[in-house]
Amino acid sequence: MRKNLNVIAAYSIMMGLIIFVGIFQSWNIALSIFNLCLISAVMTMGANIQWGYAGLINFGIMGFTALGGLAAVLISVDPVQEAWSAGGFNIIFSLLLIIAMVLAVRYILKNYKKSKNRTYIVAAIIILGIVILRFISEPGIEAIEGVDPAKTGFLGGLGLPIIFSWIVGAFFAGGLAFVIGKVALGLRADYLAIATLLISEIVIAIIKHEDWLTRGVKNVIGLKRPAPYEVNLQQTDWFISLVEKFNSSKLNLITDLTERQSALNQLVIEGSSVFVKLCYSGLFLVVVIILLILTQKALYSPWGRMMRAIRDNEEAANAMGKNVVKQHLLIFVLGSAIVGIAGAMLVTQDGLFTPGSYRPLRYTFLIWVMVIIGGSGNNFGAILGGFVVWFLWIEAAPIGLYLVNLTTAGLDDTHFLKVHLIESVPYFRFLMMGVGLLVIMRYRPKGILPEKIEIK
Amino acid sequence: MDFVNAIILLLNYIFVPALAYGSQLALGAIFVTLIYGILRFANFATGDMMSFGTMFVILFTFYFQSVGISLGVLPTALLAIPFGIIFMVGYMLVIDKLVFKYYRTNKSPPVQLAMVSIGVMFVTQAVVRIIIGPSDRRFFDGEKFLIKAGEFKEMTGLNEGLAIKSTQVITIIVTLILVSTLFWFLNKTKTGKSMRAYSDNEDLALLSGIDPKKIVMITWVIAGILATIGGALYGLDKSFKPFTYFNNMLPIFAAAIVGGIGNPFGAFLGGYVIAFSEILLTYAYRKFFMYVLPESMEPDGLIQLLSTDYKFAVSFSILVIVLLYRPSGIFKGKVL
Repeated sequence: MRKNLNVIAAYSIMMGLIIFVGIFQSWNIALSIFNLCLISAVMTMGANIQWGYAGLINFGIMGFTALGGLAAVLISVDPVQEAWSAGGFNIIFSLLLIIAMVLAVRYILKNYKKSKNRTYIVAAIIILGIVILRFISEPGIEAIEGVDPAKTGFLGGLGLPIIFSWIVGAFFAGGLAFVIGKVALGLRADYLAIATLLISEIVIAIIKHEDWLTRGVKNVIGLKRPAPYEVNLQQTDWFISLVEKFNSSKLNLITDLTERQSALNQLVIEGSSVFVKLCYSGLFLVVVIILLILTQKALYSPWGRMMRAIRDNEEAANAMGKNVVKQHLLIFVLGSAIVGIAGAMLVTQDGLFTPGSYRPLRYTFLIWVMVIIGGSGNNFGAILGGFVVWFLWIEAAPIGLYLVNLTTAGLDDTHFLKVHLIESVPYFRFLMMGVGLLVIMRYRPKGILPEKIEIK
Repeated sequence: MDFVNAIILLLNYIFVPALAYGSQLALGAIFVTLIYGILRFANFATGDMMSFGTMFVILFTFYFQSVGISLGVLPTALLAIPFGIIFMVGYMLVIDKLVFKYYRTNKSPPVQLAMVSIGVMFVTQAVVRIIIGPSDRRFFDGEKFLIKAGEFKEMTGLNEGLAIKSTQVITIIVTLILVSTLFWFLNKTKTGKSMRAYSDNEDLALLSGIDPKKIVMITWVIAGILATIGGALYGLDKSFKPFTYFNNMLPIFAAAIVGGIGNPFGAFLGGYVIAFSEILLTYAYRKFFMYVLPESMEPDGLIQLLSTDYKFAVSFSILVIVLLYRPSGIFKGKVL
């Protein structure tokens, strides 16, 4: 108990801050911050597994997040029958062709010795394959995108409950990580960072522009929810009586019946959106806790000790007979899969998929700031980092506004400097993140909750 | 005649734009490569440092315009660049003293320095947005075209016009002057040689009495010059927007690595490799084939290898391929 005191203290302060926002701003804001904190926590756990456990830099978090989001779309949206009948055959045939191409290249690479001829043959297969692929897929894609483009114009999904996408998202992201890992894991640390950053940009480019699959920048809106809808809640009897019960003391003060009814209606509308957010919080909390238990178990297992050994001294671990390459690949896939879950959760909560919103600053660098500030190698630290950084990211604007008003109190309200500063308040969050990261890296390089290894 | 038309077409839509874009990338790539070679870390704040320098160029341009100073047909920004450089170098030296120096003297691993540069990236981004705002800004003035498409058609009697923007010519000329001065400096002067020695083998360089503080300072000064000029030229040719500059970091990294990181000449050529492949692969060749081929063989489609949406993806794919097959880059740089 004693040695975990700082963990408990840090988390209580964090919870206190969120409750503070709930009381002074609104419970709606507090809960939406809390939900996104939970999603960020899942992302940081994924990044922490890669960086904290194994020392792998993955700057492609944005790509894995987007793939998770894509999974949410492909699982939950109802299939578009006309699109399937218009171009489904071409698409399936193209997929088979890609599989055949990959198998052929693999076969050649495996069974023939490295030579110039082999390189030429592989190149020829790939180029020929791409040409044929374009001839087959193009009419199909055009047909699919032509089906009611204002509403669909894509193949749609499977029409399953969106919760399943959390698992599928993990598989998508893990699959991509497997390919990237095979290609790039041999690179030295900072090159791996650059390579993953660029690969994630390629992934986003594909998601943005392959309209037949993702609807691209036209966005997919109105995804099915795992939680009830506000409008339905507002008409359900048990919910109204629940709200009435909660606020009975406040309502009893109002004597006039019509006034009381309108006050109750207002409370029900507010309460419904809080209730929906609470449902999400519950779901997300379950995921975070399951992942936390699993990652903690892994960290203190023989496997976790091996990973740390590999991280701290690759050559020594190799000499002890550990397969460094294989373990790196494994942990890269696992970490990315967790990020994929977070991506699917994010889209589930928003109810919409907007490929244009995936930007490296928000989805890669910010997550890294979270991991570093929270404490890499320590799961509790990484989660705390997700909470602290997301909280500051959202609350930076109000804090910045307060600071600007404080420092320019002597100036006239129309003074150009004051007006300009107030206009640029949203950008104080960048400043805060940057300074926070620099200060932590300088004076507490292991983060708020540093890694603690105890042999159990 | 058709053949000449086809050549002019390619010149107009591929060669000239790619040469200008490549020059802008090349300056950024040399900046990345110098920082990597001498200070030994991947600088993720590259794009934002360029936007910081450009911001001051823009502010001075606006100031000169307001007091009525101009260069006639040339853009006023050329006059503002030296002032921008002064601020940029000052900012870089302050950042180095406050942030990077500590890790350098502690001999931290390059990864840690790269992480720190992300912090610098956030701070620089905030500073730029707070001072000048996130919106799109154009600061070009003076004569816009050197040759207009219509004039060219009249002059030569060809069907295809060749338009050359003055910013493109300025970009290419300035880049050539700057890069040749830089190579002269690195190869002929004593300071330049000691910089290369320091990049090659730090311990040996220190043994032979090279002052590391001086080397680091000169590196930042050169980096500041490159970043400001590269950023200003890009902004003159297209427009200035902090977010675009941040994104430009990606093709710049690609150029530096493709050319062989730590090798300035490689970075210079890498910029053109990236620019040309981006434009060559995404250009629709239909009109070109209409000129070259006989009428009966005219193509139906656009004859476009990749849609323009994948412009960035092209350079990144080249990078990935280079990293896989020749990790030290096309022109041998540091081995990974």
